[in-house]
Amino acid sequence: MRTHVIMRPIDNVATAITTLNASDTVLVDGFDDVTILSVDGIEFGHKFAIVEIKQGTDIIKYGEIIGVASCDIQAGEHVHVHNVDGKRGRGDVNDGLQTKRIQKN
Amino acid sequence: MDYKLSGYKRTDGTVGIRNHVLILPTIVCATQAAMNVTKLVDGTVSVVHQHGCAQVGVDYEQTFRTYVGMGLNPNVYGVVVMGLGCETHQGQSVAEEIAKRTDKPVELVSIQDHSGTLQATAEAAKIATRMVQDASMIEREPIRFSDLIVGTECGGSDACSGLSANPAVGYVSDRIAQSGGTSILAETTELIGAEHLLAERAKDDHVAKRVYEVIEAMENRAFSMGVDIRTGNPSPGNRKGGLTTLEEKSLGAAAKAGSSRLNELVSYAERPSEKGLVWMDTPGHDIEQLTGMTAGGAQLVLFTSGRGTPTGSPIAPVIKISTNSLMFETMNDNMDVNTGTIIEGKETIEEAGERLMQEIATVASGKRTKAEIFKQHDFGIWRIGPTF
Repeated sequence: MRTHVIMRPIDNVATAITTLNASDTVLVDGFDDVTILSVDGIEFGHKFAIVEIKQGTDIIKYGEIIGVASCDIQAGEHVHVHNVDGKRGRGDVNDGLQTKRIQKN
Repeated sequence: MDYKLSGYKRTDGTVGIRNHVLILPTIVCATQAAMNVTKLVDGTVSVVHQHGCAQVGVDYEQTFRTYVGMGLNPNVYGVVVMGLGCETHQGQSVAEEIAKRTDKPVELVSIQDHSGTLQATAEAAKIATRMVQDASMIEREPIRFSDLIVGTECGGSDACSGLSANPAVGYVSDRIAQSGGTSILAETTELIGAEHLLAERAKDDHVAKRVYEVIEAMENRAFSMGVDIRTGNPSPGNRKGGLTTLEEKSLGAAAKAGSSRLNELVSYAERPSEKGLVWMDTPGHDIEQLTGMTAGGAQLVLFTSGRGTPTGSPIAPVIKISTNSLMFETMNDNMDVNTGTIIEGKETIEEAGERLMQEIATVASGKRTKAEIFKQHDFGIWRIGPTF
């Protein structure tokens, strides 16, 4: 039974396809084995870091950017809304320039 | 594999896979009378909505295009348009436009012209009864995948959507395109972050430019709200299912488009003029997207879900595909096909995709989907302007 999938070799997160418990050790091809650190484990469908991801670093899944780390994330930690920000559709941090541009058109 | 499909060949050259008589209210005030008719006359379907008055400009046009497109859909044998009489979206204009663009039976019943609900209901029911009887005389004939416009959509997504069901739908989308049919990719919101991958596959510079234009317009709507789009999309259920950002959801959603060339980008509820893969500019809202695609001529819709959903259309069968086996069991009332087998390593994307092709052929030929059995007649128009 597979425990997780990594979509592309350059990804820095894996998706759990079975529920993983804290302290479970997961074999990750091409990387060091990862021990699940999050005390609540990783639920089916959720992501965990397969390498250390520093704050401000892009989160890569499908070989593409899915967001940015909002704090340092250790390998084996749950990667989700508590430690990842989206980079698109951010009306809360946008300076309004793009909105003005479309209005001018 | 060679699949056998059957459908109803219309005199205008289009092909239906259902044979509905549509009672189409062009104004919210006529929706109750239209529902009365569906209760009286078997074989009719209708929709409930809140639109049709005090709309202007592009918003008026988009709603008008949606009404007309629903009537034009080849799954509809005939249309009884119901209006009130004083509304902005005049029933007469909608009926005339449908009649102009097809030779299917179209009739108009206006409540004010028929002295109220009871006589209008009786008149519409009388017309509908005749249409249903005529429709029932038409026999199914062999049809091909090239006759189909297949809409694709994902809703209630989880992190598995991009791993199992969406790639399987992508395989089907490619197969439909190769067979000479049309496959619609939609939900522009949920392609934000994946647009570069689709623009690379555009037929020409014009289509590539349109990709970036619709994405920019959609993202600017989010900017204009002054909040993080994540407050509404990914939804709470998406996040519970493991989707963290809109970009992650988008990259999974884009898998539904397979690897075919992107031939056209059409407006909401606009009928594609190209075959193969076509992008329709719709929001991510499941029902508004579904309505746009069926108004654009889709006779059948593939709908993937990780959380499960009852969604269906009044005029087109919606095949609902689960991304994981657990949900296929817990929400089995509403789900038609399971692709969780891909994640479990029991089936390849291609094998699951071929299973979907068989299901499309069977459903096109008359097998009823769960949403059809539950009369899940969802309808919602993407409004792009204020009500006045």
